[in-house]
Amino acid sequence: MKKRKERIDRGIKVRSSDIFALLSWREMLYLAAPRVLPVVACMALPLMLDPYWQKVLLSVAVVALLAISWDILAQTGMVSLGQALFFGVGAYCSGVMNHYWGLTPMLSIPIASVMGGLICTLILLPVLRLRGIYFSMVTLIVPLILVRIVEATKIFGGTEGLSGMTPLPSKWVELYLIMIVLLCALFGFRRMMDSDYGLVLKGINDNDRSVINAGINIYWFKAQSLFIAGVIGSFCGAFMTHVYMFVGMPVFALDYSILPIAAAVVGGPGTLAGATFGAFILVPMSEALRGFGGLRIVLYGVFLVVFIVALPEGIFHYIQRKYHQFERWVEVDK
Amino acid sequence: MTDAPLLKVSGLSKNFGGVRALSNVSFDLKEGELLGVIGPNGSGKTTLVNLITRFVKPSSGEVSFKGRKISHLPPYKIVRMGIARTFQMVKPFYQLPAYKNMIIPLYSPRMKQLAGGRYGDRDAVALDLLEEVGFERDAQVAYKVAGALPQGYLKRLELAKAIAMQPDLYILDELFSGLSLAEVASIVPIIEKIRMAGKTIIMIEHRLKELFRIADRVIVMNYGEKIADGPAEAVMEDEAVKSAYLGTEAQDG
Repeated sequence: MKKRKERIDRGIKVRSSDIFALLSWREMLYLAAPRVLPVVACMALPLMLDPYWQKVLLSVAVVALLAISWDILAQTGMVSLGQALFFGVGAYCSGVMNHYWGLTPMLSIPIASVMGGLICTLILLPVLRLRGIYFSMVTLIVPLILVRIVEATKIFGGTEGLSGMTPLPSKWVELYLIMIVLLCALFGFRRMMDSDYGLVLKGINDNDRSVINAGINIYWFKAQSLFIAGVIGSFCGAFMTHVYMFVGMPVFALDYSILPIAAAVVGGPGTLAGATFGAFILVPMSEALRGFGGLRIVLYGVFLVVFIVALPEGIFHYIQRKYHQFERWVEVDK
Repeated sequence: MTDAPLLKVSGLSKNFGGVRALSNVSFDLKEGELLGVIGPNGSGKTTLVNLITRFVKPSSGEVSFKGRKISHLPPYKIVRMGIARTFQMVKPFYQLPAYKNMIIPLYSPRMKQLAGGRYGDRDAVALDLLEEVGFERDAQVAYKVAGALPQGYLKRLELAKAIAMQPDLYILDELFSGLSLAEVASIVPIIEKIRMAGKTIIMIEHRLKELFRIADRVIVMNYGEKIADGPAEAVMEDEAVKSAYLGTEAQDG
């Protein structure tokens, strides 16, 4: 019997534009696997890890969310160097509400997310007209300004910061809260970016004059994108405030700006899944390298360079392409 | 409404630093007219379009549309009033299928307004519009990614984007440039159809032969100034136009 190879997705692609018409369990599995696997992994990981790596998982998820927030902005044509701004503003909002007014984390985290998103949007509103590197410079500088304001005016505990926040009820709540938020953000915002609304956002990045030419106010859409990214970033800050039970000047640290960008670039920018994937690689790698002491940063840097040189498109794009190329044997009709 | 000009441009000027790109250009445009704008390279034709749609701020002068001054409005509001333009350099989303490229104009608030507050099925509208400009439905051209389409189709896509906005005034910036004779011949009927619907059109062109066949009136630009204005045959007889296009003979001291 003669056989030949055929790509698994061939039949699916031919039959569907948006609607999936599946003919076999194999095709069903092929389509479902990339969606089900991350869900299963995120739900199972907290159960499988020891307490130390559970803590690492928390920062993986936070970096992943910040990377998603960065990627949404980048797809709208705003390359941000200041995810720390979102993180820090959210952290302080939640910290202040909990420390001074005694709000429970279940209230302070969601309120701080929305409030942080609003504040960040208002802060960056005047510079929405800037493009490219000019916008990036401003986002880099704003968190540095805010740190100095906290230091100089001694508001919100000044250099000491605010401590004694209410912790979340248990570590399981912490782990599953952030995991569920990560999954919702990943799938929800991926869907949003693939919708017509997302197409307009991407259009602003690609060719803003053609978007203006459709009678669309690009600054209104940019502000919305900024708000969405701000809410995600502020959620991370608010969440970590209650995990560390502390908020202080370190929340504006450069790490929160640089790590998400590294994660998004290594993972593959332009797909939110790539950003998440990058975080799941980079953060554990940096932890695993702790044994090397001072050489850790060197090795980490070398790894980054290797990733970027070997897979400039990003790891996720590479995996995605290979997945689409999966083949199966089919019998040739005589 | 019928007597008053649809578009009135008065004393429009633009300086880029020390360069005077456009100086004191004025003209009126009646409803239903097809105006051609011609001139050598760098004579300010595209600048004129950019000033009318206010992608570039005028240094001085005024533009009014439907009796309303528009030269102080942001460009997206001008578009919503019913002016749609095409760009000389087409820049579609190369990775997306052609019909998905139509989504952005179809997402426009103007569409929502015209459709009475509802957008409807954008994909279906996009496919209809593309068929109108010559994307053969049987051959499924509209489903091909824009990056794989030849220049002729990309220009038609650009035109379809403008038609999607259902504007009252079309400004077509060098729609025919880079196209073969056959491609131009296939686009001309589409423009004539737009005209039959009573729409007003400004065409910026280098392809004089095709333009003169359809234009009611022609404006000739040179060095940022309007040097002639009138029916095509009269304009081409004009001495100033001849010298701008053919050059003046060198004179001995």
